[in-house]
Amino acid sequence: MSLDPSVPPQGAAEARPPGRRDLLRLRQEIPRHVFTAAGVVVPLALLALWWGVTALGLVRPLFLPSPGAVLAEGWRQASEGILLQDAAVSVYRIMIGWLAATVVAVPVGILMGNYRLIEGALEPFISVVRYMPIVALIPLTILWAGIGDMQKIVILFLGTFFQQTLMIMDNVKNIDLSLIRAGQTLGFSDREILRRIILPAASPGIWDTLRITVGWTWTYLVVAELVAANEGLGRRIMDAQRYLATDTIVWGTLFIGFLGLVTDWAFKRAGRRLFRWNAPVRG
Amino acid sequence: MTTDPRAKVVISGLRKTFEVDGAALTAIERIDLSIPAQQFVSIVGTSGCGKSTLLNMVGGLDRPSGGRILIDGAPVTGPGRDRGFVFQSYTLFEWMTVSGNIRFALEKSALPRSEKEALVGHFIEAVGLRGFENAYPKQLSGGMRQRVAIARALVYRPSILLMDEPFGALDAQTRGMMQELLLKVWEEHRVTVLFVTHDVDEAIFLADRVIILASRPGRVKRDIAVDLPRPRAFDLVTEPRFMALKREILAEIREETLKVMAADLSAGRG
Repeated sequence: MSLDPSVPPQGAAEARPPGRRDLLRLRQEIPRHVFTAAGVVVPLALLALWWGVTALGLVRPLFLPSPGAVLAEGWRQASEGILLQDAAVSVYRIMIGWLAATVVAVPVGILMGNYRLIEGALEPFISVVRYMPIVALIPLTILWAGIGDMQKIVILFLGTFFQQTLMIMDNVKNIDLSLIRAGQTLGFSDREILRRIILPAASPGIWDTLRITVGWTWTYLVVAELVAANEGLGRRIMDAQRYLATDTIVWGTLFIGFLGLVTDWAFKRAGRRLFRWNAPVRG
Repeated sequence: MTTDPRAKVVISGLRKTFEVDGAALTAIERIDLSIPAQQFVSIVGTSGCGKSTLLNMVGGLDRPSGGRILIDGAPVTGPGRDRGFVFQSYTLFEWMTVSGNIRFALEKSALPRSEKEALVGHFIEAVGLRGFENAYPKQLSGGMRQRVAIARALVYRPSILLMDEPFGALDAQTRGMMQELLLKVWEEHRVTVLFVTHDVDEAIFLADRVIILASRPGRVKRDIAVDLPRPRAFDLVTEPRFMALKREILAEIREETLKVMAADLSAGRG
């Protein structure tokens, strides 16, 4: 909402109804319901395609089970209590792994973004580590952290931390330098500027980084539960490989995707509430 | 040029060089200026003449490479609350409301709470933002944001106001309104103003004195007194004396621009 009457509302609706051509114009705003509908139609179409090829027997169930079979597998896991148990174990590992990474990455990223010396000292190291394949680190993590939950959490930490730190550094660097200068002219010390100007100014960006990186932690779940795990959503999928239980694999993959989506949505909602002042102005 | 040691701001032998790719680049060769208290001074010149650099050094945000700047006889060693700064970009703290932004500037002041609130209220009124105290900057237009920035730079009662193209990002109509508003506020709070701008009309309309800087390296090319009566109204810009000053200043700037272009062409950068 713009409070200034002299500012025309952005994306103001035109008087005439939008024609079909208007839906595919460069950067053109489209009606909200069309936007939402488009996002529903594509998954439904893929689902229909999936159902079609399996119902017509075009692929063998070993390669692609029908949507019905996958849902039935989901129902079986849910009613036997396996699903909830797996989800609880995996969510716990993800939460701890991601939180541990975040607790370290936020201060380190903020320091790197503000002090060139710290950036110079850490950036080359982090840039190298972030390209190392996490799967290759499994033997080392077992050696260091054993075969319990801790090893899984270490893998999730390693998969998240390095990218997260560099992104937070960028979030901090992207704030307007004049904000810092304004703080200096108002007589604030470096520490006060860091805490009361740089941090709040960078916080919407940092929150977005946290949202994106929790998604990456989810994608590392199967890697984390690859070795020496008895439970977990990722473990269930790896076990199913042995028995060629394709329906379990597909269900597990979709379910992890679904939980990731829920996490993302929760972060977005919380972000909108936390940073009301940052809401884009709408007409 | 001699400087008057009793002036509010005394700039003598000021020099600034930057290091660009290992080579020293002289932004300001030598500037000598004295600015009496409560004078409104506009600084104009082609891009790259060092006007913003000069302002930053007076503000204590950049260090001179040589020479010195005295304010009330004391050398500038860094930013200080005797100087208020308004930047070209909207440097508001977006997580604070309009009154929050202005109040934040008073945090380092020892005034009692009630007096601070009175000052915040007074300056919100002065820049015409009554009714918008609780709005967030993102809800405001560019002109309104700069009003907040002006209030924030004045609320702690500095004796010098430094403005770096504060209206450069505004449309022409809003800019005109803001110039009148600034003059109105300034008539009431007579601080010394250093106002950097590209806009010659703006420079003359606002100031007692227009300093034209020469470029590469920067130095004072002309120092022109604006002998126009105050208070000034918007139609001043059509009066013969205004036009004569404008013609004179435009000619000086044009000469500088041509020199810079010729230098660029011969250096193969044009």
